[in-house]
Amino acid sequence: MSAVMITRKVRKWEKLPGKNTFCCDGRVMMARQKGVFYLTLFLIVGTCSLFFAFECPYLAVHLSPAIPVFAVILFLFVIAFLLRTSFSDPGVLPRALPEEANFIEMEIEAANGNVPAGQRPPPRIRNVQINNQIVKLKYCYTCKIFRPPRASHCSICDNCVDRFDHHCPWVGNCVGKRNYRYFYLFTLTLSLLTIYIFAFNIVHVVMRSVDQGFLNTLKETPGTYPFKLTVLEVLVCFFTLWSVVGLTGFHTYLISLNQTTNEDIKGSWSGKNRIQNPYSHKNIIKNCCEVLCGPTYPRYLHSLSYSTIKFYVSVLVRSPSPKESSPSPKEEEHPPAPKLPPLASPETDAETSIAKTH
Amino acid sequence: MATEFHNLQELRHSASLANKVFIQRDYSDGTTCKFQTKFPSELESRIERTLFEDTVKTLNNFYAEAEKIGGQSYLEGCLACATAYLIFLCMETRYEKVLKKIAKYIQEQNEKIYAPRGLLITDPIERGMRVIEISIYEDRGSSSSSSGSSSVSGSTAR
Repeated sequence: MSAVMITRKVRKWEKLPGKNTFCCDGRVMMARQKGVFYLTLFLIVGTCSLFFAFECPYLAVHLSPAIPVFAVILFLFVIAFLLRTSFSDPGVLPRALPEEANFIEMEIEAANGNVPAGQRPPPRIRNVQINNQIVKLKYCYTCKIFRPPRASHCSICDNCVDRFDHHCPWVGNCVGKRNYRYFYLFTLTLSLLTIYIFAFNIVHVVMRSVDQGFLNTLKETPGTYPFKLTVLEVLVCFFTLWSVVGLTGFHTYLISLNQTTNEDIKGSWSGKNRIQNPYSHKNIIKNCCEVLCGPTYPRYLHSLSYSTIKFYVSVLVRSPSPKESSPSPKEEEHPPAPKLPPLASPETDAETSIAKTH
Repeated sequence: MATEFHNLQELRHSASLANKVFIQRDYSDGTTCKFQTKFPSELESRIERTLFEDTVKTLNNFYAEAEKIGGQSYLEGCLACATAYLIFLCMETRYEKVLKKIAKYIQEQNEKIYAPRGLLITDPIERGMRVIEISIYEDRGSSSSSSGSSSVSGSTAR
């Protein structure tokens, strides 16, 4: 019996489960609903454009040319961090392949023993000891894995995400292990930008009032300074300020304790009867360093690489001989041998993973 | 009943997959990547315990090196932050460099040690760093029922 090998290349991101959208050949990964993300972009770009168009010329001349320069730098950083947060993989855990899922099922059944008919089987929990505390790992029925510590399943994206923080609609993506620091830096720089624009708007109005008198500043005639736009900017900045600065403060608190939003909401480490956070180093600086200056984690989903699916087709020949190498496809003397299932063999995955670019 | 294969090619073409063993993560030190060195019972007749433990320990050391938080990772982080992470368009992160080393190491281990014994290790990154998957192959000529011959004892203690 000889085998004919047919290979077919398939882009991995084409067949990934979960509700994500991919762009740029799998390099960009976002959630499906992107409407609020476009709103975020519009608000930031719109407000900054108004600032650069109307306030900056006056301030550059009357105060200092460094003001618009610094604003441009801040604006570029905000956009860079926003896009980095939105487009990067938050740390999605790939679902278990059938063999792994079966292996886990068999382990669970062996652990549970015989459950009498009519009784519900016990919940699927695995206890692990981390830094001398017992942490319960839950089983994910969608991904068919026991979630690693701090991972959680996002129902919007339908993926398990490592070190899941929360799903942010403003950013159009989940915030997890891989993009948490970009998200934090985005909120921080956005707070700074908002405060900056707010402050200089006020300064601008004050300076104009001093120059022309307050009532003249308010009057709008063609060719003069449009006060309505400044009001618009101030309003946007005011409301943004409270929410974004508050959010930055909240995340600074979380980082200093090495907690995620998910754990904070669920109250995993608070309360007397609950265990203490086993991931915290009990030192604010160490916690901050780990979260913000830790290594840049790799993607688990290799959306860029190709998976070479090998189809082993058993070909029928008259007399099975290992040395015969000429396949004759449809000659049948024996009953047809079963076709072997597609075999994504481990070594090809190793080859593709060496060749992968991301 | 040791099956002899001379190289990966021979394994691919004349063997059939009998079983897979999954080496789980060891979370005792926290969320850093580390795998259990406990020797699974399914591999008892296939490979020596010391060889297996050496492989897993070396992999654990590689991952510890990749995830080490120290001077180099701070420098990389600060530099990247200052350039708004654009520097990663031209530079490879330290973790990615270590992952390449790991892939090479696994390939070498497969060729020298595991394939001749009818085993194959899958790089953990392919499985989301959750497990080290070891595939056990049987020689097609010698096994009577090739698919799904699960000899899992199910007693890998938790």
